[in-house]
Amino acid sequence: MLYEVMKKSKQRRRRGGPGGAACWLHRLLGKQLLNSEIQPSICSRVCVRIIYHLSVYLSLSMVDTLASDLRRVFYTDVTLPKKWRATQLKALAKLVDENRDALVEAMKKDLGRSPYESVLGEIATVSGEISHAKSHLKSWMNAETVATPLAQVKGLSTAQIVPQPLGVVLIITPWNYPVSLPLNGLVAAIAAGNCVVLKPSEISQHSTALLAKLIPIYLDPACVRVILGGVDESTILLKQKWDHIMYTGNGVVGKIIMRAAAEHLTPVTLELGGKSPTYVDKGVDLQQTARRVAWGKFFNAGQTCIAPDYVLVHNDVKAAFLAALKDNLKNFYGEDPSKSADFARIISERHCHRLETILKGNADQVVCGGQVDVPSKYIAPTVVDIPYDQIEKASVMQEELFGPILPVIGVENVGKAIEYINGHDKPLALYVFSSSNATQQEILLRTSSGSAVINDAIVQYSVCSLPFGGVGASGMGSYHGEHGFKTFSHMRAVLNKSTKMDLSVRYPPYDMSKIWLIEKMM
Amino acid sequence: RVTTKMASMDNLAGDLRKTFYTDVTHAIKWRTTQLKAIGKLVEENREALLEAIKKDLGRSPYESVLGELATVTGEVNYACSNLKSWMAPTAVSTPLAQVKGMSSACVTPQPLGVVLVITPWNYPVSLPLNGIVAALAAGNCVVLKPSEMAEHSSALLADLIPKYLDNNCVRVVLGGIAETTILLNQKWDHILYTGNGTVGRIILKAAADHLTPVTLELGGKSPTYVDKDVDIAIAARRIAWGKFFNAGQTCIAPDYVLVHHESKSALVAALKDMIGKFYGDNARNSEDYGRIVNERHCTRLQTLLEGSRDKIVCGGEVDVPSKFIAPTLVDLGTHGADHPEAAPLMQDELFGPILPIIGVDSVGTAISFINSRDKPLALYIFSKSSSTQQEILDRTSSGSAVINDALMQYSMSSLPFGGVGASGMGAYHGEYGFKALSHMRAVLNKTTWMDLSVRYPPYDMSKLWMLEKML
Repeated sequence: MLYEVMKKSKQRRRRGGPGGAACWLHRLLGKQLLNSEIQPSICSRVCVRIIYHLSVYLSLSMVDTLASDLRRVFYTDVTLPKKWRATQLKALAKLVDENRDALVEAMKKDLGRSPYESVLGEIATVSGEISHAKSHLKSWMNAETVATPLAQVKGLSTAQIVPQPLGVVLIITPWNYPVSLPLNGLVAAIAAGNCVVLKPSEISQHSTALLAKLIPIYLDPACVRVILGGVDESTILLKQKWDHIMYTGNGVVGKIIMRAAAEHLTPVTLELGGKSPTYVDKGVDLQQTARRVAWGKFFNAGQTCIAPDYVLVHNDVKAAFLAALKDNLKNFYGEDPSKSADFARIISERHCHRLETILKGNADQVVCGGQVDVPSKYIAPTVVDIPYDQIEKASVMQEELFGPILPVIGVENVGKAIEYINGHDKPLALYVFSSSNATQQEILLRTSSGSAVINDAIVQYSVCSLPFGGVGASGMGSYHGEHGFKTFSHMRAVLNKSTKMDLSVRYPPYDMSKIWLIEKMM
Repeated sequence: RVTTKMASMDNLAGDLRKTFYTDVTHAIKWRTTQLKAIGKLVEENREALLEAIKKDLGRSPYESVLGELATVTGEVNYACSNLKSWMAPTAVSTPLAQVKGMSSACVTPQPLGVVLVITPWNYPVSLPLNGIVAALAAGNCVVLKPSEMAEHSSALLADLIPKYLDNNCVRVVLGGIAETTILLNQKWDHILYTGNGTVGRIILKAAADHLTPVTLELGGKSPTYVDKDVDIAIAARRIAWGKFFNAGQTCIAPDYVLVHHESKSALVAALKDMIGKFYGDNARNSEDYGRIVNERHCTRLQTLLEGSRDKIVCGGEVDVPSKFIAPTLVDLGTHGADHPEAAPLMQDELFGPILPIIGVDSVGTAISFINSRDKPLALYIFSKSSSTQQEILDRTSSGSAVINDALMQYSMSSLPFGGVGASGMGAYHGEYGFKALSHMRAVLNKTTWMDLSVRYPPYDMSKLWMLEKML
């Protein structure tokens, strides 16, 4: 049977070379594995499993030349037509719809996250991005006509900006949103007509393994590949020439990626992080504010790149705000959050330990929570009250927390908040809770951040029409919706010049007395 | 050679960032004042600028006005008239879940901070100034490091810029590799580099240390395809003009020609004819013909030419001391049979007044040839057939593409100017420049008077469908 399959793969060589064979095999067997009615006997199940893993191994052994293999596929023009892209997007929607429970289960195993958060925070965002892309794809793919100045013989020439796929893109994603970050990246890359290699995080084992199994079954395996692995596999990938690399993760690795990309003059989109500040003004509805801040912070146990990292609260309302936070936390998770089905866990013991160490540095300032149980990767939703004069040295105020610990610092006024924010790296997100237009505008004008939300937190992620990305240390480039389409496209300027008229003044021998003529028309 | 003192450059980025945080560059009034000042700089110093360019490149004032000064004026005017709309937030739609109609979402441009602009010698006035236009329009502070190889133009800019622009926000640094290195070690909010790929990689790696985004305007060999059944006279005229403008030292110059065999001999004859019409019998005597920037580059081109000396069909004269290379046509034969791709002239970007011509049997061959090489900065198609034009456009990629002309895309402020792949990343000119040097910040303003309780814990799975419907 294997021989038959490999023979058939020769016919597919044009579309994917040896790797294509492995992927076709993988896809065929993956389908078999999913459809358990087809294999009544244990023996045949075992055989199929062996062949399945062999096909995965074959795929991996092609990792060395993956970029160039896929580029060959790209140059067969298979990804260019709108039909192919729309079909892939539909297939991705089916992948999510038909495997919802399995995906939710995998995320629960990886992050101990409630199905509600997994649907809201991941699955629904992917479905949203896919529908948005499907309904807008035609207009995104259209050329945009722009004005031509008189010198280009207006009316007899046309100028357009035409989107083109880049070729082969590499998407590297982290463990915290192990389904939506990979798939939303795929949506953008595929909508733009590229071949894609996805390297999801090895740390979110279950979600990543599930995606690696499902993607070749639903999407075109010649054009979309999933590579499993860690640093070694990433290094092999990063040595190759990609047409774009999108990386979501931390700044340290971001720099490594950018340097590797520099070798091949590959453009990159880096979705990094940082400490996203939250300002809470006096005069706000403190209960609602605390509710939204707490929700944004403790969603996924704080492991969200755009989570409100810390709060700068106006001194006048600090005590009331802290009380409101405690109230809302009790409403959310009850007296003992470790017993709540709705509160997630830390991804690994290593990260749990990291957070535990950070917390120890400010143990005296804990006003709520503080319980840690490393074996069960549990850290209680914790609020830490840091006096303003200790803000620079506080243990919880050094690096991005990425955990359920919320430092709250009282400030004298909004000016002091702005000063602190501007004294540090530009964050990925900035949250302003204020009922004063003037205060909102002041903070927005005088600070910079990837995104900013007034009177809420983290919801910007699901608005497809907004670009999602950082600035400065929090990243470069953006995606989601049309911004993703453009990120993975080359916007080519195309000028079509009339041959009917030819301004002789433009050619040598030049006549300086005529130059005003051309200048006027430019 | 004048260079800026090392000490004053030590923390230039940091110093300018302090100025940036005084918010002086934010207001539209400041930006338009600066932009208009660039316009005045060019207007009031036209003769001096033309003179400097002539000393650096032996270029005719006509080409300098057309190719440099007019493009700056164009960019300045375009930015001034559009700045208000560029700076305005763009509202975007919000889904129901965000309580449509009671929340608003927009994308708001913000300046990045301090931008470094590094420019080359071939267009030593417009490349620096058009970069500065983009940076200032976007509300940034700028440091310009123009090329030390365009001595006169760079020195003149270093003299004039402090006189016209806000000295606290715009600085010029003169120097070479050593000075550039000092600058590259600092933290910029964006670097705009125009030049070659080797240095482009160095810049990108230096930028990586600070996670600084970059726009790289590089180059490559921009192919020109000439079809059968074209108006040979117009094609030849426009190709020759595009090629020999600035003696071929243009990043978007038609580097080489792939011509359908049916048109080849007519094209070669027409090109020879055009060269004669443009520059007379001896281009050395023409006021309109430029020179190579220096002896080193002249020798470089001479060596390349030696590799195909027997194939020269027009021109070929080289005089290194006077940095003169005649407008030269080289017939490299036919693709396939004569292996033109092996010629030294067909390896790297020529950046000189030498035009290799290669015959092809079909447009498909031309497309394969183009696709076997790095993606170029520009692609030129001379054809009457829309289907041929479309076929080439669909099956190749390039920074920009022009049908039936050459170089014109540079002066169109409504078109993005940039490369793809090895020819660069990012783009500028007009609104593209504004956006390249801005941060487009997503801003969502959520209503407080309605709060969907279903979104908060304790979660009720049975209510999830409600939220999903609204996302």
